Amino acid sequence: MANILLRNRDIPDIGNFEVYSKNGGWEGFRKAVQQHTPDEVIKIVMDSNLRGRGGAGFNTGRKWSFIPKNEPIKYVVVNADESEPGTFKDRELMEMNPYQVIEGAMIAAYAIQASAVYIYCRGEFWDIAHQLDACIAEARENNLIGKNILGTDWSCEFYTHLGAGAYICGEESALLNSLQGMLGQPRVRPPFPAQKGGGLYYEPTVVNNVETLANVPWIIVNGAEAYQQIGTPQSPGPKIVCMSGHVNQPGNYEIALGQTTFRELFEKAGGTEYQGHKLKALLPTGASGPVIPITDKLMDAPITYESVIEFGSTLGSASFIVMDETTDMVWAAYKMMQFFKHESCGKCTPCREGTYWLLKLMTRIINGQGTANDLRLLENVGKQMNGKSLCALNDFAINPVLGTLRHFRSEYEAYINKGSDEKAAPKKQLQPAH
Amino acid sequence: MLKDKYAERIEKIFSKYQDKRSAVMPLLYLAQEEYGWLPEESFSEIGELCDIDPTQVKSIAGFYTMYSEKPKGKYWLQVCTDLPCALRGADQFHADLKEYLGVEEGGTTEDGLFTVEHVMCLAACDKAPMLQCNFHYMENLDMEQMKAFIEEKRAEAAKGDQ
Repeated sequence: MANILLRNRDIPDIGNFEVYSKNGGWEGFRKAVQQHTPDEVIKIVMDSNLRGRGGAGFNTGRKWSFIPKNEPIKYVVVNADESEPGTFKDRELMEMNPYQVIEGAMIAAYAIQASAVYIYCRGEFWDIAHQLDACIAEARENNLIGKNILGTDWSCEFYTHLGAGAYICGEESALLNSLQGMLGQPRVRPPFPAQKGGGLYYEPTVVNNVETLANVPWIIVNGAEAYQQIGTPQSPGPKIVCMSGHVNQPGNYEIALGQTTFRELFEKAGGTEYQGHKLKALLPTGASGPVIPITDKLMDAPITYESVIEFGSTLGSASFIVMDETTDMVWAAYKMMQFFKHESCGKCTPCREGTYWLLKLMTRIINGQGTANDLRLLENVGKQMNGKSLCALNDFAINPVLGTLRHFRSEYEAYINKGSDEKAAPKKQLQPAH
Repeated sequence: MLKDKYAERIEKIFSKYQDKRSAVMPLLYLAQEEYGWLPEESFSEIGELCDIDPTQVKSIAGFYTMYSEKPKGKYWLQVCTDLPCALRGADQFHADLKEYLGVEEGGTTEDGLFTVEHVMCLAACDKAPMLQCNFHYMENLDMEQMKAFIEEKRAEAAKGDQ
């Protein structure tokens, strides 16, 4: 099947304006603006059941429909703060197929009659943001962005904004604060971004992920029904899966949800073994979701939002971190805890203090100084944190520990038992990251 | 002064936003480009431009990892050591790099050329080990490549000194 999102794999130089335009580029945007009312565009996207690809999986058209019609100033914000460990799909899209992202964002902007689009790129996407500036200028010269777009009364600007290295800014309300020049910390909701008082500059705002928007042009050209033919009713459409860790051919793979099994995907990425070792565990959504042990049952299952839930995790952004049998799961959890401790923004006490204590306990265990009671303490701290903060970072942060404890408890116990033998002569100590 | 030297660029930055305050982050980058890092006076300059208190500017600089409140080497090497990279040898690569340069975590070489530190995920997990050097990515690395890169930069610097 030809790629719908990673069209750069099929069409070289699609990042060039002429090449993109010659290969069906801007057809969706022209069709939306010239043949449909904004409400019709929202309905098509809603009917397609395109689900947000940033991780939450919410119906994109429904999100757009929440924007009040009678407000004069409205915004679209593209979330290009891709920072989840194991996720690098938006990067390839923006680097190699940038106009498809821009076109999708402009269709969203037309649907809600936005006055401006901001694309918030993580600061490390420095080169990409500058490349996007050039693409935006090219589209503006062709009357696809700017004043009286395609000869209509509607005008809409498009700007890039660079973050500066903070995972939390991928959370939509923190992203909005960051864009407003405040600390990138989440807001209390309601009001939600779509409501007056909740969005960018407190105006109604749609925040969509890069990959989500890259789906939109195809949906407008081919219709909601055709989109639903790809995948299952609950999980329609194509999805990019990022394969990293113990994978022979790491990289992005575009699949049709529901029509590809885990095994088929692994085969594409170089096999179900890594350098002669069996695969042990899969993190399906980066560091944020619980780990799944790799079994034949998992390998034979189709990849969908709903199938991953059955295995006790979430598909989220489909960032598959793969670990083979040589991987120490306590170490893996410790690495992920370092990440969340570092990235907790410090606003909510359960997250700020909880990540500190979880990392401290993990450090103690991995240094061979843990006790059986520490395992209960880990679970207790995790349960106390769950659901008690303004954003999901807090809830994600407990998954590395609780997930590995659920499936690989014996590895923790081995550390504790080994530790009691070695306490007389402790080895070099690992330190918690600052 | 940024205001005089970069008047045109500053005006362009402000034109993107409804609120002056949104310009804080791009102006911090501009100041860092000018001074190589963010000295105290840059917070006052930016505060004045954006009509906010210098303390608020400083709090933003401190919140993010890409702003530096102390001088760095000419080449600021930020190595990703998160789990996906670590599964492909990034921890060892990071340690070897520090050893080769003879610096501790976050340290700068005596010649002022290289600073090495570890950072969180840079969204290039498929190209590990990798790092960003002054915000540009270097990917699929090994120590042989790094040694060649370091020696090249050292030779360039030595040539420049003559």
